[in-house]
Order: sequence, then C-alpha cells, then structure tokens
Amino acid sequence: MNYLWGGLIIISFIFAAINGRIDETVAAGFDGAKSGIEIVLSFAGIMCLWNGLLKGAKDSGLCTLIKKALMPVIGRLFPRLDRESDAVNYITLNITANLLGTGNGATPMGINAMKELAKSCGGKPSEEMCLFTVMNTAAFQLIPSSIIALRSANGSANPFDIVAPIWICSFFSLLIAVLCVKIMFLFIKNKKISREGGL
Amino acid sequence: MSSYIIPLFICIIIFACIKNRVPVYDTVVAGAEEGLVMIGKIIPTMVVILTAVSMLRASGALEAAESMLHPLLDKMGVPPEIVPMVLLRPVSGSGAFGILADNLAAYGADSRIGRLTSVIMGSTETTFYTIAVYFSAAGVKDVKRAIPCAVIGDLACVVIACILVK
Repeated sequence: MNYLWGGLIIISFIFAAINGRIDETVAAGFDGAKSGIEIVLSFAGIMCLWNGLLKGAKDSGLCTLIKKALMPVIGRLFPRLDRESDAVNYITLNITANLLGTGNGATPMGINAMKELAKSCGGKPSEEMCLFTVMNTAAFQLIPSSIIALRSANGSANPFDIVAPIWICSFFSLLIAVLCVKIMFLFIKNKKISREGGL
Repeated sequence: MSSYIIPLFICIIIFACIKNRVPVYDTVVAGAEEGLVMIGKIIPTMVVILTAVSMLRASGALEAAESMLHPLLDKMGVPPEIVPMVLLRPVSGSGAFGILADNLAAYGADSRIGRLTSVIMGSTETTFYTIAVYFSAAGVKDVKRAIPCAVIGDLACVVIACILVK
C-alpha cells in the first residue's frame, strides 16, 4: 500500500506535467482530501444504524439460527473435519459474521479457525485451509450495509438495487474458487498416488 | 420484491430481540456506537486515498491508463472506468471504498458504472490481505495454492458482474 499510494501521487504529478495540468492536479488533490471527510460524514449515520441493527441480530440469537442452517453445507465442504470440533465451530462463527457483514468480527474467528486447522497440517497448506481462506476472500454478505449507505448518500433512487447482483456474484465467485481448490487438491492427491505407486 | 428485503430483515431482528428478551433499543444504540468508532478509523484513509484518486483523474493519468487498456477490456465487456476498483479492491478495503465513493459521485449512483463498482465492491474482498493474515496466523508460508484459486474467483466475479449489471 505504501508503494502503491506513493506511486499514484508521483504518477499523477508526472502526467500533470506532461499534460500541463499541474495547477488543476494540486487543486484536485486538496479537493479530494476535503471530499474524503464529507463523504464519510454523509453516510456515517446510515452506517451506524446498520451496525446497531446487526448487533441486535447478533445478540438476539439470530446467529445461532444461521449457524444451524449452515451446518450441513459446512459438513459437506469439509468432510474430513469432525463436526463437533473447535475448527468447525470457528469456521461457522466466521461465516456467520461474514454473512452479517461484521467484517471486524469475522477476522478473529477466521484466525482461530486457521490456527485449529494448522494443528493437523504440519506446516503445509492443507485443502481445508485453502478452502476456508477462499471462502473468506469471496465475501458473502447478506446486507452490504456500507455500500447501501454510500449509495443513498449519493442520491440513488434505489440503493438496494445492487443487493441481488452482489449475492449472485458472490455465490458464483465462491463456487468457482471452491471448485478450483477442490480440483487442485484432487490433482495433488493423484500425483502423490501415482508417485507412490511407481516406487 | 427487493424493496421488501430490508423491512423484513429489520422486523425479524426486532422480533428476535423481543422474543429472546434482548433490550432492542439499547443493543442498537450500542451497535451504532461501535459503528461510529469504525467510521472514525476509516476517515483518515478516505482522505488520503481520495486525494490520490482525484489527482490521478485531474492529471489525465487515469484517461491514459484507460485508453491503453481499452481494446482488451472492450473484448471482455468490461468498461474501463472500473479498472481502478478492480486493481485496488484485493489490496485495500478502505482504499476500494474511497474509489467507490469517488465513482458514485463522478458517474452517479444509479449509472451503470456506479452500480457495477458497487457490485464489485460488495462481492469481492481484500483478497491478498485476507490470505496474508490467515496464512500467517496458521504459520504456513506457502500461499501458492490459495492465491490462484482466490484470484480466479475474483476475476469470475468481475466478469459476472459485468454481465449482470446492464
């Protein structure tokens, strides 16, 4: 991020010099800083409200319901894990937190899940680890509250318009990533078997 | 149909709270307070990122990059305006959020570009950051299996988003 941001600024100045737009670029920079605060303030209220509602969902036990609904899927995806184990427990909590969009709550659960998974892998990335990480990078979220908040702040006629496409996109990218992991480890297993068979 | 999702969701939360004797008002207020802390944390990032993005746009660098990538993206049906989002999303969550804010203001929240960047923002994650955090937590250095799978998933997401959002 350090090089990226620094690079962006330097590239801007180089292009500004080439295009003779130095003054405009400097002005735009300060303008951007100004709008940074304005934008955050414009959606801060909506975001606080959503965060409050989601805390209600968490504290009222809605999470436990989601957990129950998730169990069969998780069992199918991680057939080698014991359903009562800590690893599975952390994985479910992590996915529930992701679904509810509490990104900050999801990460600690995810880290705990990875630590549990690491106990049985001997320093090598196991199929379960890759699968679980990929499930996190696909970011399945029921209510993308911050995006909705930002859209209504920008005068969108229907800020929830994007919810269904987000579900579909998340679902398919998750499906594709999970398939990639499954196929990759199928290949690794086959290679191992044929190598051992040759000996 | 989609306009009923949110009211329904909120009602379910309220009913679940009342049923399980959770003080709904106090809980929502406490959650909103946590949200405020989160917002305080993203303000500095937003200021710094938006400075860089608006400088890039004003200097003409963004136009140059877009026109360079244009023929390739055109074939894939990807509008060049979403390139900054696609590039920054896997690296920085708040950075991508800054780009989303910038795009919504520049092109309009209900324009195709506005909706497309919203969908990409919502359906992908800070992939590289997540992988780095999770694998280092597990004490595993070898990420060459997880990264390609995650990146393929993200790319699929962008392509599907471009097909879905017209």
